[in-house]
Amino acid sequence: MSTTAAAASPVTYLNEKTTVASWLLTKDHKRIGLMYMLTVTLAFVVGAVFAGLIRLELATPAGDLLSSDTYNRVFTAHGVAMVFFVLIPVVPAVLGNFVLPLMLGAKDVAFPKLNLLSWYVFILGMTVTFSAIVMGGVDTGWTFYPPFSTEGSDSNVMLAGVGIFITGFSSILTGLNFMVTIHRMRAPGLTWFRLPLFVWALYATSLIQVLGTPVVAITVLMVALERFAHLGFFDPRLGGDPVLFQHLFWFYSHPAVYIMILPPMGAISEVIACFSRKNIFGYSFVAFSSMAIAVFGFLVWAHHIFVAGISPYSAMVFSFLTYAVAVPSAVKTFNWTATLYRGAIWMRAPMIWVFGFLGLFLVGGLTGLFTASLGIDIHIHDTYFVVAHFHYIMVGGAIMGYFAGLHFWWPKMTGRMYNDTAAKTSAVLVFVGFNLTFFPQFILGYLGMPRRYHMYPPEFQVLNVMSTGGAAILAVGYLLPMIYLTYSFFKGEQAGSNPWMATGLEWTTQSPPLPHNFADQPVVTEGAYEYSKREMKVA
Amino acid sequence: MAQQAEASTLGMWIFLVTEVMFFGGLFTAYLIYRIWYPEAWAEGSRELDIQLGAFNTAVLIGSSLTMALAVRAAQTNKQRATVGWLISTMVLGLVFLVVKFFEYKHKYDLGHIPGPNFHFEGVHASQVEIFLSLYFAMTGLHALHMLIGFGIMTAITIMAVRGRFSSEWSTPVELAGLYWHFVDIVWIFLFPLLYLVDRAGHFA
Amino acid sequence: MLSGIPLLPVQASTLAPQVDALYYFIVAVTAFFGILVAILVTAFALKYKDDTGLKVGAPITGSVPLEIGWSLIPFFVAVAIFAWSATIFFQYTRPPENTLEIYSTGKRWMWRFQHLDGQREINTLHVPVGRPVKITFTSEDVLHDLYIPAFRIKADAIPGRYSSIWFEATKTGEYHLFCAEYCGTRHSGMIGTVYVMEPNDYQAWLSNGGVTGGSMQARGEQLFQQLACTTCHLTDGKGRGPSLAGVFGSQVKLTSGQTVIADESYIRESILAPQTKLVDGYQPLMPTFQGLVNEDGVLSLIEYVKSLNGGAGAAQASAAPATAPAQGERR
Ligand SMILES: [Cu+2]
Ligand SMILES: [Cu+2]
Repeated sequence: MSTTAAAASPVTYLNEKTTVASWLLTKDHKRIGLMYMLTVTLAFVVGAVFAGLIRLELATPAGDLLSSDTYNRVFTAHGVAMVFFVLIPVVPAVLGNFVLPLMLGAKDVAFPKLNLLSWYVFILGMTVTFSAIVMGGVDTGWTFYPPFSTEGSDSNVMLAGVGIFITGFSSILTGLNFMVTIHRMRAPGLTWFRLPLFVWALYATSLIQVLGTPVVAITVLMVALERFAHLGFFDPRLGGDPVLFQHLFWFYSHPAVYIMILPPMGAISEVIACFSRKNIFGYSFVAFSSMAIAVFGFLVWAHHIFVAGISPYSAMVFSFLTYAVAVPSAVKTFNWTATLYRGAIWMRAPMIWVFGFLGLFLVGGLTGLFTASLGIDIHIHDTYFVVAHFHYIMVGGAIMGYFAGLHFWWPKMTGRMYNDTAAKTSAVLVFVGFNLTFFPQFILGYLGMPRRYHMYPPEFQVLNVMSTGGAAILAVGYLLPMIYLTYSFFKGEQAGSNPWMATGLEWTTQSPPLPHNFADQPVVTEGAYEYSKREMKVA
Repeated sequence: MAQQAEASTLGMWIFLVTEVMFFGGLFTAYLIYRIWYPEAWAEGSRELDIQLGAFNTAVLIGSSLTMALAVRAAQTNKQRATVGWLISTMVLGLVFLVVKFFEYKHKYDLGHIPGPNFHFEGVHASQVEIFLSLYFAMTGLHALHMLIGFGIMTAITIMAVRGRFSSEWSTPVELAGLYWHFVDIVWIFLFPLLYLVDRAGHFA
Repeated sequence: MLSGIPLLPVQASTLAPQVDALYYFIVAVTAFFGILVAILVTAFALKYKDDTGLKVGAPITGSVPLEIGWSLIPFFVAVAIFAWSATIFFQYTRPPENTLEIYSTGKRWMWRFQHLDGQREINTLHVPVGRPVKITFTSEDVLHDLYIPAFRIKADAIPGRYSSIWFEATKTGEYHLFCAEYCGTRHSGMIGTVYVMEPNDYQAWLSNGGVTGGSMQARGEQLFQQLACTTCHLTDGKGRGPSLAGVFGSQVKLTSGQTVIADESYIRESILAPQTKLVDGYQPLMPTFQGLVNEDGVLSLIEYVKSLNGGAGAAQASAAPATAPAQGERR
């Protein structure tokens, strides 16, 4: 490949080979990233359809649309599809795969074949899990609490468990691959403190994937063994402890929240620095807060089981640590805000998604102060308050952050621009629809409406109708990007190598990049966000 | 090449950390129930065959030695020795699995398989069932790792027979060695935790 | 339209106003920080807006004093919230003395309640106003959770052990009772009503409650005879099993050398899995009563064992553990 290939139709990773086999057997991290994007989008659509069914059912207090059994299968399918097949992979596996090697100035990830294998493992796990949903469904909720999951339920728990077990390995292998890549593949001069914050976030995430995912894998396996081989790990009749499952499960599943939110936070840092034309405020504090969240995230799991009969003293310790782990998230928020100060804020679509993220993440994070509080959690545990809280974090935060990152890197991924107005409209619709859907649920929760209720007392109806109405707006907001991004992929105007005039090695190569990323090995001589030293000109 | 070897080794170590966490879930369950039910743990442990367990421990330590020798041979360009030590490692691994099979079979004959047909004469039968559930899960998972190791060893041996390794490049043998040692170390923990609960004073 | 929507459930217990006060406090704190950040972001976005994209921002990289400031301030705010909520939590975990005891079992998909005098009800619960009530409960199958929003309390019902909640109702009326831990098909149908009554009305309800089979204590005593517990657990302590007089709430020394407190869960375990925690000095002779007595029966037995500590007409058992030898003398 020569550097002068910028002529009529340059060789890119997209047009180098175009056969189906060349995609299915690719070892190119960029293609694998796009393949993840399609798979995750598919899972998102599935999860969203189930969400729609839930909201439609809850528009009236009576269980008139679905039977109770169907409703239970629907919310389980929604949770399983969204948690394991959207939220956990969406930023690391899609955006991370695409930009990590580019950001490091590397040809690819450390283990390209393993990367492809991860995708196939993901597909296998998704196929198995979704077949469990199609062939009669699962009705345990995505949390699989025994003894309901081990003997109470007569649904496809085993198959879904196996599917999630398999998917876990995809996550572990991606984390492992990224860690080694970040350690070993950095371009000359790219020291740790010159790394883009997205890379720091991916590193912290990988750490959680590597340390946490195996624990949930073995826990789900124990449920499967208890269910079918009749081994007794959690069986109360033998003296086993169902709450032990909850400890093991949340040991992973609390940090898993950070698998979902740290990478979008990293993407937000990139976008905010770029569109403020400024260094990120307090770079090292933002970087270390990611690591602190990853480490301390492992010490707070029992805040999910304050009402499951754990000792009041351990409850106090876990509550305290939960407050402590909230601090790094607050630090990040303040740093992002301060980054805007005296910037030159360019209001393009990615930045609008960032503002949406800031608003929703702020509400999500602050409402965590309620759920972490022992006195209040007794009342709001397992109510709609908790449902609203984690949707603000995991959908408001993670998905908004994903869209911010996606709109930021889309020109690099496809070499084409999208319609800025459409993208901004979509961001606003999602923000408004989201708040209308989930804010009423805080009130519902404090009023006492338990989660996972198919029918509810009539006085809760008004708020539920608001929530359902909001979901309709939200659906439009999420549908729009699928349309204008698809259009952009085929018909969008050429983007050029650096349409945002951004720093970062990924913007120094052509768009879409060469099959092996860079024509010459890049060398790094400065920090990640030296915008103020730059002279801006349209690329 | 050296860069790639270093990356692979780092990758293997990270993988082994995930493996530690994987077994860690079971070890946690073991620990909690052992604290709750010390007597049942002693009772269950006495049902295990300490002689076969000890024999298997020796076999696995031996296999770690032959594995280390295989790595050394590969690094020093001794192809025939490499193949020989790899095959000895596999044979020792196989011996372990066969012994394990007979231990399982014995449990099966006694009705000590947890489940509806579980049968145990003893005062703490229910909690012994938990103990034996953990026993089968932990040793079963360990045996599964042995089987996977066996597959890896077969592939490595074929590569060695074809003369693919040299002092320049022996990464696959080294990585297989790391994995094999890890599996051995898991057993080194499993043996005392499962077989040797409360054995002191019971040898008389 | 929105004026009809309350923002809080009715405050009907002594705990409720305290929880709500803390709630308002956190609402204020979070609103302050939320609005502060929102205003700053909006102001910066408007003030430093640049439509060309060609300007660059000021060369600011950070400020350590600011970082320390906005780490410590949220931390101290969080500690304050933590401390306040911990005091409420401690009240929730520590019932006062002399509560009115009610027992319950959760089962898919209903709540059964038993009153000491023997009244039983399903999915309804009658309690007097102005008196601390403690509900001790377990589950017969999967996890459930007993939740009364008007009282701001809940706790999981876990098979194999007892949980408890307590409250002192402050307002008569009818309140929701929910199952808050997902339990399968009709989870959302596992709901009921709490009736908080004036003491007089409550007494009237008790006497019209259609009691069959006597009080819980009497039923427990009856079961104690039927299941032949009396053959071993002699009151003089000379039986093959330990005397149960004065056992409840006491420290019990086990063969393993450990000491446990004989609470409800311990007694339940001793009935259903007697070998797990063997009392020091006794042989493992007791068979399990798993399958012979249901959860309600176990609760009655516990109530009977409790009565052996004294109180309700159990004069012969008034001896506390400390005076056990004297009891032997009295034979
Ligand atoms: Cu959590
Ligand atoms: Cu229930």
